[in-house]
Amino acid sequence: MAEDKIKKNNIPWVYNDIVKDHFFNPRNFLSEKEIGKFKFNAFGEAGNPVCGDMMKFWLWIDPKTEKIKECRWQTFGCGSAIASTSMLSVMVTENGGMTLDEAIKIKPRDILERLGGLPDQKIHCSVLGDKAIRNAIDNYLRDVSN
Amino acid sequence: MKRIYLDNAASTPILPEVLRSMIEANKNNYGNPLSIHEEGRRAKLSLEKARSEIADLISCEKDEIIFTNGGTEANNLAILGIAGEYGEKYKKPKIISSAIEHKSIIKPLEYLEKKGFKIEFVGVDKNGKINLNQLKKYIDKQTILVSVMLANNEVGTIQPMKEISKIISKTHAMLHTDAANHYLDFNVKNLGIDLMTINGGKLGGPKGTGLLYVKKGIKISPIIFGAKQERGMRAGTENLPGIIGLSKAIEINQKRLAGNVKKLREIRDYTIKNVLRAIPYSILTGDPKNRLPQIASFIIPGTEGESLVLMLDRRGVSVSTGSACNSLSLKPSAVLLAMGFSQEIIHGSLRVSLGEDITKKQIDYFVSELRKIVIRLREISSFKSWKTK
Repeated sequence: MAEDKIKKNNIPWVYNDIVKDHFFNPRNFLSEKEIGKFKFNAFGEAGNPVCGDMMKFWLWIDPKTEKIKECRWQTFGCGSAIASTSMLSVMVTENGGMTLDEAIKIKPRDILERLGGLPDQKIHCSVLGDKAIRNAIDNYLRDVSN
Repeated sequence: MKRIYLDNAASTPILPEVLRSMIEANKNNYGNPLSIHEEGRRAKLSLEKARSEIADLISCEKDEIIFTNGGTEANNLAILGIAGEYGEKYKKPKIISSAIEHKSIIKPLEYLEKKGFKIEFVGVDKNGKINLNQLKKYIDKQTILVSVMLANNEVGTIQPMKEISKIISKTHAMLHTDAANHYLDFNVKNLGIDLMTINGGKLGGPKGTGLLYVKKGIKISPIIFGAKQERGMRAGTENLPGIIGLSKAIEINQKRLAGNVKKLREIRDYTIKNVLRAIPYSILTGDPKNRLPQIASFIIPGTEGESLVLMLDRRGVSVSTGSACNSLSLKPSAVLLAMGFSQEIIHGSLRVSLGEDITKKQIDYFVSELRKIVIRLREISSFKSWKTK
């Protein structure tokens, strides 16, 4: 992709077009206005600000179907961290929402595939969303069983 | 809209006068200065003319200048050249540097450490000024070289080189300074240094040009071997058009400094004042007064530098950051760490390095865009606790 662009004499961007789109137009992030208003029954997080990447997820899980109906997130981090969290939020809520069983199985490579890839050095640090989602689901299941 | 380039500390556009001087040399002065025919003699004449001009501009003699391929090579030559020449005379030779040096100083020093040299890095205070008492403590009879940059490229702090020189002059150690920045006075007599690096690509000069000043009487071992150019200290056919351009760039730098670069300082202070006012909780990094006239540097807690740079880029403004995510090593700025800032907020570092064409109106646009971006990134961010730190 980058090579095609060089040939066409366009200056390539840092990431591919899908990542670029999700970075500049992030989907489903928890805006200032929604804080305290967004209804959720699961919360999870991953990463820490010292490393430079931290993600939080708020989920609304339908208790009957155990599908993720709505989700919101916040991410501290670089362009690829923001884009990968945004993409994950689309993945878990599209087509009527993922079941918890499906969502818990999401791996970083599933997110990478949907993003069309990231530079190697960025994969480890900026794809943490799956861990945040799993943390949220774990918390939900624990709360439900109590 | 015309882009607003605020990353002149990374690389400067070439000055028109420099370019003009180089076009002539590229067209007509193609001989090899080592050849004895007319083309060769003409090239040799131009090379030595450029060398004399630079010597006058920086107050040294012409055979105290070694032309190199940029600042990195000059720094490597200073460190490895001195180590190679004098290291063997000591049991455990020591080289002292500072915690905020460029990688082209740090890496050769790490290499020497593996070869058995003792290496010490002097710390800095919150403003990035080196700790002179610690420097005094580190210097001993085994110390062959002290290397401290003249001004820091990330935060702009200018080091008290005369004071450092005074300390070193009482010892038998040599003093090198990395002066690879624009708007520094390169007068080696005033600075009181023994070796100095100049980098053309940061002065509005051509890329891949630079020099190492080596005071008469000091010997250095070459790090590039071949024919006997540069008195045997730097092999390889001289980049004559580049050297002519470098000479012009140094001339313009010294001229501008004589005028105190008043307008540039004013725009820098205007930038600092407006960023600090417009962005809540933003922090100025580096010494508030004793800093390069072109550098305004900040930390914007609760944001991450790569995101800041990319969002500003889309709005037509080029800046840089010391964030880990923006580096190949994924490590945050060692300079800001040494100055005592916490890792979590260093990710939000931002450097503005001005050129002389930048107007207040352009700065107003940059600040207003930055404000919008910071509000958005802080909204998206999950890291909100920085306010309490």
